[in-house]
Amino acid sequence: MKVLKLAIKNSFRHSLRTILTIIGISIAVMSFGFIRTVVTAWNAGVAASASNRMITSHSVSIIFTLPISYRDQLLKVPGVSGVSYGNWFGGVYKDPNDFKNFFPRIAIDPESFFSLYPEFILPEDQLAAFKKDRNACIVGQKLATEHGFKIGDIITVEGDIYPGTWDFVVRGIYKGRDATVDETQMLFQWKYLDEKVGQTQPGRTGQAGWYVLNVQNASDLATVAKTVDDMYANSRASTKTQTEKAWQQSFVSMSSAILTSLTVMSYVIIGIILLVLTNTIVMATRERIREYAVLKTLGFSGRHIIALIGGESMLIAVAGGAFGLLLTFPATGGFAKAFPTWFPIVVVEPLTIALAVASAIVAGIVAALFPSMRILRMKIVDGLRTIG
Amino acid sequence: MALVTLENVSKSYWRDSLEIPVLRNISFEINEGEFLGLMGPSGSGKTTLLNLIAGIDRPSSGRLSVTNTEINKLSESELAKWRSKNIGFVFQFYNLMPVLTAFENVELPLLLSKLDKKQRKEHVELALEVVGLKDRMGHYPKQLSGGQEQRVAIARAIVTDPTLLVADEPTGDLDKVSAEEILNLLERLNSEFKKTIVMVTHDPRAAERAHKSRHLDKGELS
Amino acid sequence: MKIPLSYSWRSLWTRRLTTILTLAGITLVAFVFAAILMMAHGVEVAMVDSGSDDNIIAIRKSATSELTSQVDRESANILKTHGEIAHGADGKPLVTSDVLVVINLFKKVSHDLSNVSVRGLSPEATQLRPQVKLSSGRMFQFGTHEVIVGKSVSQRFDGCEIGGTIRFMASEWLIVGVFDADGTSFESEIWSDVEQLMPAVGRPIFNSVTMRLTDPNQLDALKESVQKDPRTQSVDLKREKAFYAEQSKNLAGFIRILGTIVTVIFSIGAIVGAVITMYAAVSNRTVEIGTLRSLGFQRRSILSAFLIESTLLAVIGGLAGIALASLMSFVRISTVNFGTFSELAFGFELSGQVIISTLIFAVVMGFLGGFLPAVRAARLSIVNALRSS
Repeated sequence: MKVLKLAIKNSFRHSLRTILTIIGISIAVMSFGFIRTVVTAWNAGVAASASNRMITSHSVSIIFTLPISYRDQLLKVPGVSGVSYGNWFGGVYKDPNDFKNFFPRIAIDPESFFSLYPEFILPEDQLAAFKKDRNACIVGQKLATEHGFKIGDIITVEGDIYPGTWDFVVRGIYKGRDATVDETQMLFQWKYLDEKVGQTQPGRTGQAGWYVLNVQNASDLATVAKTVDDMYANSRASTKTQTEKAWQQSFVSMSSAILTSLTVMSYVIIGIILLVLTNTIVMATRERIREYAVLKTLGFSGRHIIALIGGESMLIAVAGGAFGLLLTFPATGGFAKAFPTWFPIVVVEPLTIALAVASAIVAGIVAALFPSMRILRMKIVDGLRTIG
Repeated sequence: MALVTLENVSKSYWRDSLEIPVLRNISFEINEGEFLGLMGPSGSGKTTLLNLIAGIDRPSSGRLSVTNTEINKLSESELAKWRSKNIGFVFQFYNLMPVLTAFENVELPLLLSKLDKKQRKEHVELALEVVGLKDRMGHYPKQLSGGQEQRVAIARAIVTDPTLLVADEPTGDLDKVSAEEILNLLERLNSEFKKTIVMVTHDPRAAERAHKSRHLDKGELS
Repeated sequence: MKIPLSYSWRSLWTRRLTTILTLAGITLVAFVFAAILMMAHGVEVAMVDSGSDDNIIAIRKSATSELTSQVDRESANILKTHGEIAHGADGKPLVTSDVLVVINLFKKVSHDLSNVSVRGLSPEATQLRPQVKLSSGRMFQFGTHEVIVGKSVSQRFDGCEIGGTIRFMASEWLIVGVFDADGTSFESEIWSDVEQLMPAVGRPIFNSVTMRLTDPNQLDALKESVQKDPRTQSVDLKREKAFYAEQSKNLAGFIRILGTIVTVIFSIGAIVGAVITMYAAVSNRTVEIGTLRSLGFQRRSILSAFLIESTLLAVIGGLAGIALASLMSFVRISTVNFGTFSELAFGFELSGQVIISTLIFAVVMGFLGGFLPAVRAARLSIVNALRSS
């Protein structure tokens, strides 16, 4: 116990160096937490996907659509208890170079959407209003706050996949049931899309980008996928049916290289924590060689020396780690603000916190290892002769 | 009765591949209650001899018995334990922990004993009283004069009540008045508290105060 | 009077362990910094260099990418007739009307399905894109279901070798060649005859029209006449290079922003490391500094000796970081290209700019890290310095 007290006192002997080291470690821990949070944000869609939903899309790729007639056929597939559908609309809202105008715009079927996505919460009256007007749309709470959208506002979007100028009237603002729900989307009626496309490009009507199937029983997932895909195998619009998780994963995996680089970087950071801390501890022990020699003369053993050096190292590492964790939250918050629609869900995971703490502790131990060994091996007489 | 017995003790250092002998076949005894001064020019090996007796260095050959223990046969950790019980060490440059107060410095060796906090306090206060610094308990080393620092170091050396006190040039870094005080203190510890003292010095005035003195020259006793 | 460089050098050597630790820190940071720059540069090479300054691309106004653009056959035919357009040796206008679709193929390593772009082009395309050269096999024959695949596609996707077939939309395509495109995004594409691809994917409209001008400066004149014609008013003309640069902006910008944040954070860590090291160097050498001063060295000599020492450290670290990062240039990675919604393979490209930036960055780190400690060293009073320890 008393040794620990000496360790504490020792660590404040060079308060500037100790503070600098703590700053260095906390910055490293913060960036570790930051990078890991970015990686989890990237995967947020995968994490948020429900296990009872499957997605049926065109087997060639997402840019091809499926006939709307599939809907009724899909409803008859055994194990499927509900079907909804949607189209990616895209388009350009205001200045396309501003990240915040990059929010997802999706055509959905208001009749079936909310029973398949119970995590999207919309007040009754707003839902009724959304269903009533053909050009109605609803926006997520986060998106509404970001752009100041209110009920009754008109959102004008220049179409690209679906050319033309499109006006949508905000009829509702949805909220997520929990933090994993993307509140940055704009959803509007599929029928509006279909009718308006029919006016200019009659050949493109009656198309859904994807179908969402509700499969209540997990054991049915594989059979449903096979039944559906076999059903359309020989048609021009053949399908690929997969769980919502796998579907989301396919988007994420395309950028896996960037994610891998980021993950590698987060390990490099741990290396940097280690270097900064080891450097400090090495210097501190070098200056105090004589004191350690005196302690050994007084009969203190290796155990005590390790406790003394390790205690100081741990103290600095843990202080830096704790401080860094505190900084992680504003840092990730700032990032979430910078890319509000790219990364709709930015949450610092408990695992990230645990890993950050663990790496600080491990760094504390490892940094003390080398200097402790040095002091343990040192002969007392050599230590006493050193002028500190 | 002999407290310290050296039989044919030799010590040499290796510098690169060159063997440098420091002590050659030294045999002598120190009796309990003695106050011995070890004299000699610098490089004569007197500090090495003192370190061997105090168990912080090991002989290259020969037998070394201190307080009835053959310390050349002890392991590193046994030796550490033995030192904490039997030896009090006084250094030329005091070697107090700058971050600890006088009280805490004196308390350090007691942290290795089984004494509880209250007992430790009693011991520390007693030791500081003996050296006459009870009123400076809460001071840090840098707030004390050189002589006072050395007295704190002596208190640290005697607080465990060791049988043998070893002092390496205890007055080497002190002015005349302070040196005098330290020598008086050592003499008192010898006569009043019956401590056996081995003191390395090249100061003839300090040597005078020892009851007996031995001279080392080029690694040999004369 | 100047203190010789060897003093700084030997001082670093004397405290080897600390020096090496600090050096390792700076090296790591310089490595990360250089790697991020190389990555952003690689994306730019892959995407921007796909375009040429001599070519003009026509896409639909308001389209944000080639994939979402639509140019109908009528507009494409009218565009061909403009007088500003160059003609080939055979007298045909140098114009290619392209269709771009995305298909799924299995990756070799992970066996995951991933998106690949298939581009249908007109026979004149090879003259418009001279950077594309066949590295093996032969060019596909127009009028057949033959394709050639980019080097990256062939390396990364299952069954994409010469002789293999690709199936989609109930159609089958034979691979007859593999092409190289100087690391540009075309290497991540599959090329076929546009007139075969259109009916196969049931798409009656082109995504873009690319043309060569007789004189590159005639873009504005061409733009004006295209705008006047009501049948082509919905079309926007851009220089191909500028268009691809625009397309790469998001991805390269994202890498840059994230990279900058990460490097700034990292460099603070490294500077802290350097400050710690240099402060220790100063306090370990107080007597030395006092001695130098008493020998007649000026305060500013002491200041510069310490600054040189830390800068030396940083330069070595920077060079080591660049050396490490240059190993990354053998690595090619892929990511989703937001413009084409398919995989884009790119490398870590080392350039003179990257090397210079990294070295400047390292020197700034060393200078900042060494400055305060050097000031402290220079301000020590001779008497106190000599008396210490």
